[in-house]
Amino acid sequence: MSTVSVTITVNGKTQTAEVEPRTLLVQYLRDNLGLTGTHTGCDTSQCGACTVLVDGVSAKSCTVLAVQADGSSVTTIEGFAPFGTLHPIQQAFWEEHGLQCGYCTPGMIMTTASLLARNPDPTEEEIRHELHGNLCRCTGYHTIVNAVRKSAELLASGAEPAPIDQVAGN
Amino acid sequence: MYPEQFEYQRPSSVSEAIGLLTANPDAKIIAGGHSLLPAMKMRLAAPAALVDIARIPELKGISASGDGATIGAGATYRELMDDAALAAAYPVVAETCDKVGDPAVRSRGTLGGSLAHVDPAADLTAVMLALGASVTATGPNGARTIGIDDLFVGLLTTTLEPDEIITSISLPASSAGTKQAYEKHSHPASGYAVAGVAVALQVDGTTCTSARIGVTGAPEYAMRATAAEDALVGKELTAETIAAAAEKATEGLGELNGDVYASAEYRAHLVKVLTRRALTRAAL
Amino acid sequence: MVLSRYVGASVKRKEDPRLITGSSTYVDDLKIPGLAHVAIVRSPYAHADITGIDKSAALAQPGVLAVYTGEDLAKILKNDYPIIPEGDTGHSHYKDRDDEDAIVVPKNRPIETRRVRYVGEPVAAVVAETSAAANDATAYVEVSYKELDAVIDPYEAREDGAPQLYDKVKNNISVREETVHGDVASALNDAAIRFEVKIRSPRCHPAPMEGRAILAQPDPILRGLTFWSSTQAPHWNRNEIAASLGLSQTQVRCIAPEVGGGFGCKIGGYPEDFIVCAIAWDMKRPVKWIESRSENFLATNHGRNQWAEFEVGADANGRMTALKARILLDSGAYPKALDLAWATWVMSAGPYLVDNLDYVVEGVYTNTMANGAYRGAGRPEAAFYLERLMDLIADKGGLDPTEVRRVNFIPPEQFPFETLTGEVYDTGEYAKALDHAMEVIDYKTLRQEQARLREEGRYLGIGVASYVEICGFGPYESSTVRVEPSGQVSIFTGISPHGQGQETTFSQMAADYIGADFEAVVVHHGDTATTPQGNGTMGSRGLAVGGAALMMSLDKIREKASRIAAYILEASAEDIELVDGRYQVKGVPGRGVTLQDIADKAYSDDLPEGVDPGLDTTDFFRVPEETFPFGTHIAVVEVSPDTGETTIVRYVSVDDCGNIISPNLVTGQVHGGLAQGIGQALWEELHYDNNGELITATLTDYALPKAGFFPEFESHHTTTTTYLNPMGAKGIGEAATIGSTPATANAVLDALEPWGIHHLDTPLTPEKVWRAISEASA
Repeated sequence: MSTVSVTITVNGKTQTAEVEPRTLLVQYLRDNLGLTGTHTGCDTSQCGACTVLVDGVSAKSCTVLAVQADGSSVTTIEGFAPFGTLHPIQQAFWEEHGLQCGYCTPGMIMTTASLLARNPDPTEEEIRHELHGNLCRCTGYHTIVNAVRKSAELLASGAEPAPIDQVAGN
Repeated sequence: MYPEQFEYQRPSSVSEAIGLLTANPDAKIIAGGHSLLPAMKMRLAAPAALVDIARIPELKGISASGDGATIGAGATYRELMDDAALAAAYPVVAETCDKVGDPAVRSRGTLGGSLAHVDPAADLTAVMLALGASVTATGPNGARTIGIDDLFVGLLTTTLEPDEIITSISLPASSAGTKQAYEKHSHPASGYAVAGVAVALQVDGTTCTSARIGVTGAPEYAMRATAAEDALVGKELTAETIAAAAEKATEGLGELNGDVYASAEYRAHLVKVLTRRALTRAAL
Repeated sequence: MVLSRYVGASVKRKEDPRLITGSSTYVDDLKIPGLAHVAIVRSPYAHADITGIDKSAALAQPGVLAVYTGEDLAKILKNDYPIIPEGDTGHSHYKDRDDEDAIVVPKNRPIETRRVRYVGEPVAAVVAETSAAANDATAYVEVSYKELDAVIDPYEAREDGAPQLYDKVKNNISVREETVHGDVASALNDAAIRFEVKIRSPRCHPAPMEGRAILAQPDPILRGLTFWSSTQAPHWNRNEIAASLGLSQTQVRCIAPEVGGGFGCKIGGYPEDFIVCAIAWDMKRPVKWIESRSENFLATNHGRNQWAEFEVGADANGRMTALKARILLDSGAYPKALDLAWATWVMSAGPYLVDNLDYVVEGVYTNTMANGAYRGAGRPEAAFYLERLMDLIADKGGLDPTEVRRVNFIPPEQFPFETLTGEVYDTGEYAKALDHAMEVIDYKTLRQEQARLREEGRYLGIGVASYVEICGFGPYESSTVRVEPSGQVSIFTGISPHGQGQETTFSQMAADYIGADFEAVVVHHGDTATTPQGNGTMGSRGLAVGGAALMMSLDKIREKASRIAAYILEASAEDIELVDGRYQVKGVPGRGVTLQDIADKAYSDDLPEGVDPGLDTTDFFRVPEETFPFGTHIAVVEVSPDTGETTIVRYVSVDDCGNIISPNLVTGQVHGGLAQGIGQALWEELHYDNNGELITATLTDYALPKAGFFPEFESHHTTTTTYLNPMGAKGIGEAATIGSTPATANAVLDALEPWGIHHLDTPLTPEKVWRAISEASA
């Protein structure tokens, strides 16, 4: 079976690879590039664990072929903030206990980023609506919603990525 | 989960895409891919080739006003939601798009894809029926216009030829500014419409002069509730006339879908309730 | 971060930085050179004999390395598939029976060679260079079957003449627990309130966001095998795999790396664990199997899944005088967690005084996926039944549901309280939790509001549930605390947290109790090579049992540290106290040393007489009795009568888990439990058709709750400590799941009271509610 050439800028780095057309973006990110922070939680694009940003907008990388992302710029959790720092959204998820097992968390963070880029000050109802495509089995969503609210507040106040050890503690 | 192997082609024009489809009868079009790829991963679909039309410039763009709208088939739900002129003339479109799937689906799924795939539980199919849309389909012999009432003919089946592509969707001036609403009962797992009802009403004073009602989820494929429409036209729009019309909403829809979540009987009931709710919200 | 007291403070989790940056490692994230991939061929039939398997076409597929059948595995695996970790659960009453009515527990193999018993059962494994190639090739393994009659309905399954799953198991009976106490027949005859009801506890799917996953590779250092498994109890898996491969326990290492949720379904070995380890051992190369979500639905334990028939008697005040129950538990096709029957049975009377009890739980095998532990594991069922019964007593007697509970509660002065099923409830103040919940929600005003809204044609429902549950199971848990020479603390625990947050909780404890630097504590878990033998994380035991073991270690470390501090400070050990992280001489705050100073000395040759070098200890906490957390939940819902849809308006939980060390983590456990319990009440149910086909086998069919389904939760606590462990803490992992299903169901049924509807089975889907209203209105 033939392969196709894809050139995708992932976390700022442009790379070209030959892939089978059927290669999903999530498989390309995980298997070809070793970016395993993006997870797979279902087969049917319900769970959102695989959510990444494609050209700044949330996309379920299990329902996008790598070749469909050819020429795009993809951000995964690994490239979401400069290495060693936490993006304000990450800070908020930590601060608000917005995660337990952590499996859905990278996807939740990506969806949050996409939401806040479009709507910087969402209501609780809007947040819950926008999280429809991201499933969490641990938290009951309560603290995730709080984390999204907190993210909005931090971003509105001009917060920037900060070194992990500086945002550690309480 | 892996789809079966396939060839991938990315034409840069509609004519090139049609050429590819004509050359390979086992090829399928992919736009947003949010219906097709899950089916391929579950191996419920295994096309030999995918023709990716997502980047064809001719399929993009939305122009809307009170005199009608022309929407590129490749317009995503998100683009439909964000177009202010479209929202002004046809608010039900944005309202409905916000009820489709989730943000990631909305930013990739396309109107053309929804209409060509005609999933029995899609949302926009009902809305396009209510708004009296027409689609422009382009094939090897050129373009033709298909009225929305003539597009859907069965489960996942349209009157499109295998090598025809929906290139644009037009909304008529007559439905711009009508009283519109879409009501939906979402499946708690999939988010798809267990039943969905879109209405568009023209009103003179308080009298209904024209009514179009599209129903999805419950019937085999999206259909108009003509008996309910007929019950409204010429009538004063009151709670009573709306309730009476809603009672007729399932007439002519044929055998309704039923599954473990919602039986055909319940869906019939939902169609009536949602019709009443949509009409009430639109008109009162 | 400097806190004088960590215990009881909400600190940010130590686990989170790696999780929010995607830098952690779940099984599928491991990067192992030479890795081959396994895909499983699964039975399309619910019940069939395997008459032949032809691998040749699959072996000819590109990238395919091998195909293993049951016959092939039988040559590698020495023992039967030990699904039941015998002796490990501590509750296996039914196995003690050796009379002629003894219930035989069948042994199985990871891949059965002769017969398959549920759709999705493994029949062969394909190994290939890539996961895609392995998956592709499964379609080319040609398996011939002779289809047999399947039995899906558990009531049918125990009838004479029903299809038999196992030759030696009579009437497909898997397990039986029973108690008769008092005179139920007389009590029923004398009862002012008397009724019968049948209640279904639906078949649910645990559905952690990460499915099961396993990677095994030969390990030359061990002369054996190391495997990574997404499991809740790595020591159990290690022991099972070692026995199965005929290796010693020193030769096998199990690592549970980051685990993406469990909720009970990742307890114990599954066929795929044995298959993957056997293949790695046989091929002498690393192999991996990652469960897809579709496989997860078919082949990972389902939960709940009981039918319960009751006869209940109560006096005019609502005091329950007789409880007769015949409960049927659908065990599915294989014996997994048969002690679920015990768990329901043992909690039969919950927080209530019952004098006359006749309670039987019987399990049967059916041709469906095995039923196993799911968050609460048998106790949610018992509590759900009782709380429905309390509401039915209130309905029949025209009583307020809160009053019915109040008159039935075991009063505080009767604790420790021995139940009719032989358990000793440690401590409880049930009315206190009820009062608190009623106060938070303003119960009286709420009832008035409900009455007012009904006049407007709006149907509010108020649901109350009081529960007690059993948790903190033994038989023991382990802990190693090692103060490194530089003074930082390493903790090794036998529990295996996967989201619960004990890396944080245990660090808090070490900070306060031995003066450890909180930030520098590292809590190791989930690796059998480094942690002491343990029983994993399940049954709300992480803190109550694992924490108790840690406390033993911390006490010993503090005692030795105090002796060394005394030596440094030239004081008597009895005069040393730990204050704000410093070991100082009582009354002389200026004279003190840190744990770092002490460690420096502990690993030197300058030690007091009789003190050995080093500062570490390994301890095992033996569970004296289980603990019994309790609480009251109140749900407020609105039901739309025209569609039957339910909206949750408010949800107040009051849970009492004793002393709390990490408040934010406790609240998180409550929230997650609420979502699952409410999910069971309103949306979640697995369905098999009559042929044994699972018709809700994806997340487009099975509704995991979404963010928009819930309001903000209002979670509160009362505090009733236990004497059973040094922290005074009970478990909290399952409590909210247990309270929330009945509270939610009771709320919906309360909303339906105007139609005279008293009971409907969960999940209370819109159609079910609409249908009941329609029928009642007709």
